[in-house]
Amino acid sequence: MASIISIQNLSKSYQRDSFEIPVLNNLSLEIEEGEFLALMGPSGSGKTTLLNLIAGIDKPSSGKLTVAGTDIAKLNESALAKWRSNNVGFIFQFYNLIPVLTAFENVELPLLLTNLSKAERKKRVELVLSVVGLTDRMYHYPKQLSGGQEQRVAIARAIVTDPTILVADEPTGDLDKNSANEVLTLLDRLNKEFKKTIVMVTHDPASAAKASVKRHLDKGDLV
Amino acid sequence: MKILKLIFKNTLRHKLRTTLTILGIAIAVIAFGILRTVVTAWHVGVDASAANRLITRQAVSFIFPLPVTYKEKIASVAGIEQVTFSTWFQGVYIDKNQFFTRMAVDHETFFSVYPEFLLTKEELENFKNERTATIIGADLAKTYNLSIGDVMTLEGDIYPGTWNFTVRGIYQPRDKATDGTMMAFRWDYVNERMQQEWPERANDVGWYIVKINDPNQAAEISTQIDALFLNSRAETKTETERAFAQGFLSSTSAIIDAMNLISFVIIGIIMLVLGNTMIMAARERTREYAVLKTLGFSAKHIVGLILGESLLISAIGSAIGLFFIYPLIEGIGQVIPKGFFPVFHVESITIVLAVSAAMMIGLIASIFPIQRALKTKIVDGFRFVG
Repeated sequence: MASIISIQNLSKSYQRDSFEIPVLNNLSLEIEEGEFLALMGPSGSGKTTLLNLIAGIDKPSSGKLTVAGTDIAKLNESALAKWRSNNVGFIFQFYNLIPVLTAFENVELPLLLTNLSKAERKKRVELVLSVVGLTDRMYHYPKQLSGGQEQRVAIARAIVTDPTILVADEPTGDLDKNSANEVLTLLDRLNKEFKKTIVMVTHDPASAAKASVKRHLDKGDLV
Repeated sequence: MKILKLIFKNTLRHKLRTTLTILGIAIAVIAFGILRTVVTAWHVGVDASAANRLITRQAVSFIFPLPVTYKEKIASVAGIEQVTFSTWFQGVYIDKNQFFTRMAVDHETFFSVYPEFLLTKEELENFKNERTATIIGADLAKTYNLSIGDVMTLEGDIYPGTWNFTVRGIYQPRDKATDGTMMAFRWDYVNERMQQEWPERANDVGWYIVKINDPNQAAEISTQIDALFLNSRAETKTETERAFAQGFLSSTSAIIDAMNLISFVIIGIIMLVLGNTMIMAARERTREYAVLKTLGFSAKHIVGLILGESLLISAIGSAIGLFFIYPLIEGIGQVIPKGFFPVFHVESITIVLAVSAAMMIGLIASIFPIQRALKTKIVDGFRFVG
């Protein structure tokens, strides 16, 4: 299978005052289309940084990063924003739903950037909410939902634009065991049934067990 | 347009804070409107002055009189269409705290020099035919519920004694800038009594009003008039009506300047209040902006969200302020002594200034939060703890 994400000699460091702190060191990685990759490692190993780079919300210090044929390191801010809206679905540890919007409106948000009509947007939102099993909760606000339900809304928001890749940063980190299982089952279904490429950061071996491929990071190096 | 719903929902997120900010803007708009209206009312004499009228007064001060005999001499200057005169009478009508202009005028010429006081032919004839007749403004008649034939009794102070006048005409102001509260009666009636009781004060008038054919000749005619009375016992100073009115204002210019300054200080204060609200709102939403950016929302969307919210708050605040400003000005107009501000209304320019200032506040208050939201990197936004 062809690589959908190609990472070559990628490095990332942060400047803190006069100190340069290296986070990723000359890292290379190929992720194939339809793969469910779990990035594991201790805190500070650079896994979230790598995920942010793949998702185009941070820029590498050096190296090449190609996602679905686009060298995203070369895109400017506005081009990168457009690229993200078309290609990446995000799932965060703390859901990051907009509290003043209903589940329906939160899921609809990424579609506001498309040319879809209101009716088409409604159809899509209802479809993905049914996929995550929240049809009956679509007009509830985030504070009226449980953690697991909030995360399922976040997953619906991530997949509503049918992105090229899904990235998930500790998606079960803030959930109880049952809710975590529901979310992982859903991700597994998205990968197997809908052929979504998923890159998931986790430090939980049970979560990582759902992934088809596991890679470990330690101090900025793949081990 | 698609983010309008989010702008509305964000605005209502902290209802108490938003309500207080909106109320602050509304109060600022009202305060600004009232102060500007007072300043406008102060200037109304200048604004209402005609370009083709000159005022000839005593050179030392307008409180000193001029001989009535000057009228013929002034009228002899080339370029003059008509000359009239008036005298400040003052006196008290019912309540000494209620002020309106009371003047003794030349009944033959006064109302043709002042066409802005609209009278019927019959009213004017009656005024000319009856020595104790008075013409009053429609606003004054309304205030004191006066109609034709009613007697108005003034207690004189500058001109002592009890003076009875019969209302023979009620003029309509030609426009909003015209005083509708004046009372004019005949100078010859006042002078007749002065000749009997205070002969040394008889045959004097307050000032002359000179109607000229060509406003461009004002300076030249003024010089010629004043030259007529050089080295006399009452030298004159002639100037345009506008300059004469401005001369009155110059003595109170410090107060007007202070009011102008205060009106702009109010705008400055409310700008800080709204700025503070927007900074707090944007700071609380740092993480949400990071989420929106992550989803693909661009800088223009973030600008639209913050600027839209700021402008919406300003617009609601100024709308509430405008809703209340008209009845409030009307109420203040009723409370202040009648005639103190003969023309007291909200001018269109005041509304335009108030709304523009409010929207400008909305715009400026959003600059810093926008700058901050755009500058914050997505990854830093996610790490932000408010």
